Amino acid sequence: MAGVRDIRRRIRSVANMQQITKAMKMVAASKLRRAQEKVVASRPYAEKLRAMLARLAASGGDFSHPLLDKRPVKNIGYILVSSDKGLCGGFNANLIRAAREELAVEDGAARSLIIVGQKGLDFFRRRDADIRAQFTGTGDSPDFAAARRIAAQATELYASGALDEVRVIYARFVSVLNQIPTVVRLLPIEPAAEGGAGEYIIEPSPAVMLDLLLPGYIESKLFNALLESKASELGAKMTAMDSATENAKEMIDKLTLAMNRARQAAITTEITEIVGGAAALE
Amino acid sequence: MATPFLLTVAAPAGEVFTGEVDFVVVPGVEGELGILARHAPLIAGLATGIVRYEREGRVRKISIGGGFLEVADNKVTILAKTAETAEMIDRSRAEAAKERAEQRLRQKEGTDLLRAEAALKRALSRLQTLN
Repeated sequence: MAGVRDIRRRIRSVANMQQITKAMKMVAASKLRRAQEKVVASRPYAEKLRAMLARLAASGGDFSHPLLDKRPVKNIGYILVSSDKGLCGGFNANLIRAAREELAVEDGAARSLIIVGQKGLDFFRRRDADIRAQFTGTGDSPDFAAARRIAAQATELYASGALDEVRVIYARFVSVLNQIPTVVRLLPIEPAAEGGAGEYIIEPSPAVMLDLLLPGYIESKLFNALLESKASELGAKMTAMDSATENAKEMIDKLTLAMNRARQAAITTEITEIVGGAAALE
Repeated sequence: MATPFLLTVAAPAGEVFTGEVDFVVVPGVEGELGILARHAPLIAGLATGIVRYEREGRVRKISIGGGFLEVADNKVTILAKTAETAEMIDRSRAEAAKERAEQRLRQKEGTDLLRAEAALKRALSRLQTLN
């Protein structure tokens, strides 16, 4: 049986860890609140942009653009939005599993990856995955410029014909306890024509308007995926750190019990020895 | 007295302005567009520049970094890639950005020329918003 002093040392070390996990949980919680606010703040823009595109589609006229072109799908690119840091429970594992399932589909099309986040990169770099591009260091609050860079890369690969379809794999934030790995198509764009509220004047021309709107739409969609994934990561981190703190508490309780037992056993032994010694003298 | 209508200015980072205005001027890709109430439905591309809106005789400005405009049902929606009101702009930062862009343009660093030009435009529009 371990000595009282050893156990006391272990309790102290577990208590230190508990402090750290507790602090990380609190930090994740406050960052999560900010991330959620950003998700909410980004919605009006994304929603209105989508609606504008739909109305442009509904207004008829010349509606063709390379980014709307459907081609026979021979090459699919996946943008995997993972995190840079770990200690966030099953967040990255879930995303990577979703990505692997997608990559394993056998339908004759080649599949490659555009990876956002160090964790996804670490995983797929060691395997024989076709990685087209990588983006790391987006930080705790992804900005629109980051979305723009990734969108530009994906659009270029699509426009050059290297990819016939681009999909995004990200974690949709449902709640702190629940984040769902989600796959959505980014390119080609398929605008749903809706709500023809009369004829629009289009300035300067539908073609130019599409040139401006479509990249903006992709950026906004990607930006939303980045924000959602970030919120999910922080949510997962919060949950993971919460259960780590809980586990540490349990462990401390168990160790304290063991320590008290050991101390009592030591005292009992001592008393027995003293009594035994005194009895021997009589 | 002009009839007021609803103007919304939204950027990816969030809504910057929403409220009733009497008149708004936006930087269209092919020149400025002035919009009054009951304008015909319109979709237009916007360049980097300044959105000016008037409410009860007072003019306010918002600096935008390109975007889109939609007019429908007497509502004007501006979706800007970046949008800042005068209160949100940091003068010294905008000035520093202007300096940097000008310097880069003078040196003519090949591939970055377009980017420097865009940066200069953004910085100038920010500074004008302040004045």
